[in-house]
Amino acid sequence: MARMKFLCDADRCIECNGCVTACKNANEVPWGVNRRRVVTLNDGLPGEKSISVACMHCTDAPCAAVCPVDIFYTTTDGIVLHDKDLCIGCGYCFYACPFGAPQFPKTEAFGMRGKMDKCTFCAGGPPEDGSEEEFEKYGANRIAAGKLPACAEMCATKALLAGDGDMVADIYRQRVMRRAGRPQTWGWGKAYGEA
Amino acid sequence: MKLIRKQSKSSTDSAAHESAFDRRTFLKRSGLTASGAAVAASIPLGMMRRRAEAQTDSAPAQRNVEVKRTVCSHCSVGCGSIAHVENGVWVNQEPDFDSPLNLGAHCAKGASLRYHGMSEKRVRYPMKLVDGEWKRLSWEQAVNEIGDQFLKIREESGPDSVWWCGSSKASNEGSYLQRKFAAFWGTNNIDHQARICHSTTVAGVANTWGYGAMTNSYNDMHNCKSMLFIGSNAAEAHPVAMQHILRGKENGAKMIVVDPRFTRTAAHADQHVRLRPGSDVAFIWGLLWHIFENGWEDAEYIRQRVYGLEKIRQEVANWDPATCEEVTGVPEAEMRQVAQTLAENRPGTIVWCMGGTQHHIGNNNTRAYCVLQLALGNIGVSGGGANIFRGHDNVQGATDVGPNSHTLPGYYGLADGAWKHWARVWDVDYEWLKARFDNEREYDAGDGTMAPTMNIPGIPVSRWIDGILEDPENLSQRDNIRAVFFQGHAVNSQTRGPEMKKAIEKLDMVVISDPYPTHLAVMSERKNGVYLLPTCTQFEQAGSATASNRSLQWREKVIDPLFESKPDAAILYLMASKFGFADEMFKHIAVDDGGMPSSEDTLREINRGHWTIGYTGQSPERLKLHAEHRRTFDTTSLVAKGGPCDGETYGLPWPCWGNPEMGHPGTHVLYDTSKPVSEGGLTFRARFGTEHEGNNILAEGSYSKNSDIEDGYPEFSYGMLRRLGWHQELSADELATIAWVGGLREKPNGTVTEQDVSEFRTMESDALDAVNWKTDLSGGIQRVAIAHECAPFGNAKARAIVWTFPDEVPLHREPLYTARYDLVSKYPTYDDRKAFWRLPTLYASIQDTDYSGDYPLVFTSGRLVEYEGGGEETRSMKWLAELQQEMFVEINPADANDRGIRDNQWVWLEGPEGGRIKIRSMLTERVGRGVVWTPFHFGGWFQGKDLIDRYPEGSAPYIRGEACNTATTYGYDSVTQMQETKSTLCQIKAA
Repeated sequence: MARMKFLCDADRCIECNGCVTACKNANEVPWGVNRRRVVTLNDGLPGEKSISVACMHCTDAPCAAVCPVDIFYTTTDGIVLHDKDLCIGCGYCFYACPFGAPQFPKTEAFGMRGKMDKCTFCAGGPPEDGSEEEFEKYGANRIAAGKLPACAEMCATKALLAGDGDMVADIYRQRVMRRAGRPQTWGWGKAYGEA
Repeated sequence: MKLIRKQSKSSTDSAAHESAFDRRTFLKRSGLTASGAAVAASIPLGMMRRRAEAQTDSAPAQRNVEVKRTVCSHCSVGCGSIAHVENGVWVNQEPDFDSPLNLGAHCAKGASLRYHGMSEKRVRYPMKLVDGEWKRLSWEQAVNEIGDQFLKIREESGPDSVWWCGSSKASNEGSYLQRKFAAFWGTNNIDHQARICHSTTVAGVANTWGYGAMTNSYNDMHNCKSMLFIGSNAAEAHPVAMQHILRGKENGAKMIVVDPRFTRTAAHADQHVRLRPGSDVAFIWGLLWHIFENGWEDAEYIRQRVYGLEKIRQEVANWDPATCEEVTGVPEAEMRQVAQTLAENRPGTIVWCMGGTQHHIGNNNTRAYCVLQLALGNIGVSGGGANIFRGHDNVQGATDVGPNSHTLPGYYGLADGAWKHWARVWDVDYEWLKARFDNEREYDAGDGTMAPTMNIPGIPVSRWIDGILEDPENLSQRDNIRAVFFQGHAVNSQTRGPEMKKAIEKLDMVVISDPYPTHLAVMSERKNGVYLLPTCTQFEQAGSATASNRSLQWREKVIDPLFESKPDAAILYLMASKFGFADEMFKHIAVDDGGMPSSEDTLREINRGHWTIGYTGQSPERLKLHAEHRRTFDTTSLVAKGGPCDGETYGLPWPCWGNPEMGHPGTHVLYDTSKPVSEGGLTFRARFGTEHEGNNILAEGSYSKNSDIEDGYPEFSYGMLRRLGWHQELSADELATIAWVGGLREKPNGTVTEQDVSEFRTMESDALDAVNWKTDLSGGIQRVAIAHECAPFGNAKARAIVWTFPDEVPLHREPLYTARYDLVSKYPTYDDRKAFWRLPTLYASIQDTDYSGDYPLVFTSGRLVEYEGGGEETRSMKWLAELQQEMFVEINPADANDRGIRDNQWVWLEGPEGGRIKIRSMLTERVGRGVVWTPFHFGGWFQGKDLIDRYPEGSAPYIRGEACNTATTYGYDSVTQMQETKSTLCQIKAA
């Protein structure tokens, strides 16, 4: 059984926003809602690093822990999904999330997109897989179609990896080996000193 | 915590289980188990796919979804993309993991391609502006009205009074027809974006070693040991190239970025060098100073393959570290570090883009880059090369086969011989073609001679406004430009906005053939005489496009034309019909019932004529085969391993010599002597004769593998074959065609027997001898040369000096508008020129005035990843527009504080010619002190005013803003008329 994870390799991320528009494209996310965004630290300065961030599909998800109406659930693949039919749009999950993942449509708070919106790992939501209702409320269900999230599949530099956490780790480990002593992922230098 | 679905449905549960990852199959599919960990680490990562692709494709199948393969239209990397189309609607976009160029990857623009099929901002039907209102027309009305007025202008002022603009966004077929159309109309007044993109590269590089194109490929950068980027911001301009670049870096390559800005590319580099805009020649000579000083040059390579380096040495001697620092601003230690990195990490590549090309000494810059690579022995080797990243998706192809004012397709030039060649290819009478032109009198050709307009380069895209505004007495043509026809071009990418506005208002009429209205439709105060013709994107038609690495890729048509749009070629067919030359122009190109000329036939005609650059082997059938079997190509070498394309290079990168039947595999790395020519090897082209000032300029002791001539040799002609005795190897058919080209017999029709040509086998005729590898329409001369493993274009030395250019040795000259006016006396510009590309062109008379007091900030421009070119298309795509909502200027906090400017406030940026733009400030140390930078993709504002009311209803792009070029200034390259946009001046004030 898989446990789905994202990993963004900050040594490869170039802030091209391919992941952002891939997400918009696959899920037809409306203007103003950003399930995924690229964050750049030290913008324009030596040490500039970018990293693509969305819902991290936490194992012990804080959003689920605080939700007053208990809309969150975790799939057998370890993907954290939510049920918009139950959501009251209170934004408490927004408080709890360490990544700013939950999004709240500026208009049509109770429109077709329901209430809180976030990355689904392209796995849709409670309605039947691949149904129109699922697409309307949650966007694509690529997982059910045997594909991975569009953001990672289309990443310009293969910085953003998605899939079973073990395999992502394997890929990343091999890449790190290949780098032969160059600085590794974001935070490495801080944790272990510059290589 | 729940680990199971809250509302479990049996069907979804089983789907989830079934599709869960299976480690073994995943590894197998991704090739990771193939040959161990070492290989595994070099395999592009992140492409994690479900085990059963069949499962992926079965879902669409059930819904009757068609799968189409296309290529992104937003830059020259050539990213493949898969489109799912249901009932004519582009419903889904999938990554093309099998494409060896992008391996499924996309940037923001590529990942938004599907929006092309749903944009609401398109021009929907033909329209014209009547008293300030847009009125709908039928196609018939539009073509008749435009045609009648063009014919009237032609009658009154000659064919040169209509100026045509083609496009790098057109396919090879579309752009080729644009150039052919202008020829049949009878003018050389046609040009396209390449003029302001890489024209200085094409001229500089082609004059150094033969061809003015990227020598290697993005994929080949996996093999680099060092990479020097100068004036290239690949992370934003060519994001998917970064996949290959970062793989190269992970393989150990040292990466250096030289740029006035600390770009997103620089953020990934081992070293960033901040140089002063416009000091590239000084920088390169400063590097060579260290290289020569330390003996790091490749002496044997230079002896065999480089001519004229001694003169370069003399100039480089002037660029000691102190002088270099004075001009470039780069300290000696940094210069030495760069030089040492390049010397110790060979092969290394150099990458440049518009930061290097867009200067009035752009041709000097590009030649200096080439000389650096030659001195290091880096050209003609895998992992080395001059990796010149082109801009638009088909700017390479449009440059090669399309609308250029200074040459016919294939760089044949404009001499009578070139016209006769193309008349033979087009199967039209040369005299008829000539009669289409203005033959009333001859004009100043600019080189001291008088010539008919047919032989004088037309007015380039950088200067079309001067063709309208200049006194006709000063023009090398009969009258001013009175009408313009723009097909796929953004005028906000050209300089001198206020003058452009004046020029547009002076025109009799403006025709815009484009998917979107464009800045041109709204920037002037015109109330009448503007026509909009709805034109298709490349997703609404089939055709080929040439990526930066010279590979051709076939695009399938994804969707039918939207609204009433028509493809470029179909519109040209309508116009040609109106003008009465459609039958001649489309003699060998089938036109379907919908009025669309066949892309396949057009490509076959391209194949029949483009011998100079080897666009002859890439038949539509071969390109489609490559597309179908793209997964068989290696992602580093681009060579197919097995399968029907075994041994060929992906996309048959030109030169792909000879006929398609000859089966040449294409040339991955130009000038690579380690391979036989028949397998993509090459020498430097013998383009400049065999001698210069008594010195041999052919190669010495260097030749491509297995060559039957083991030394330098000139380009092949029939005469050369005859002297070698190889002419006997020509077939009867080939010889008959050569005799026809030589004017000695009628065009071969039907079967040719040996008897028909036996007289030519022994004939000694100058006319026959003069037929060469470029004009032989049979391809026989190329075939025989390659049978002996010789390069058809000869084997010469690259030349470090270009004696036919204004500066034989590339020299540093201060920009026309320079902040370092104190350097002007030592490094002055050129004298003004009276007739240069039909126009007076100013140099010294502009530099004579010092503007640096009132306009102290150096103003340069560049790209954002979300937008492309003038941005009309990409700013009309919601997913992209949302990400960049305002035009801005990057200014160093110190400069901002000196002016009392805060972050994100409105400011006026004013250029020394008076153009002003109202934009937002962005305070950042990305730019150094004294330099400001803006993106160039915005339009739809003019000098503080949003022009939304002037767009046809509902068609204004989501995001509009000031065009940076409203404030940029005069200044044109001394060879190609490239505009000087990368280093001008401005002042910024709070608004």
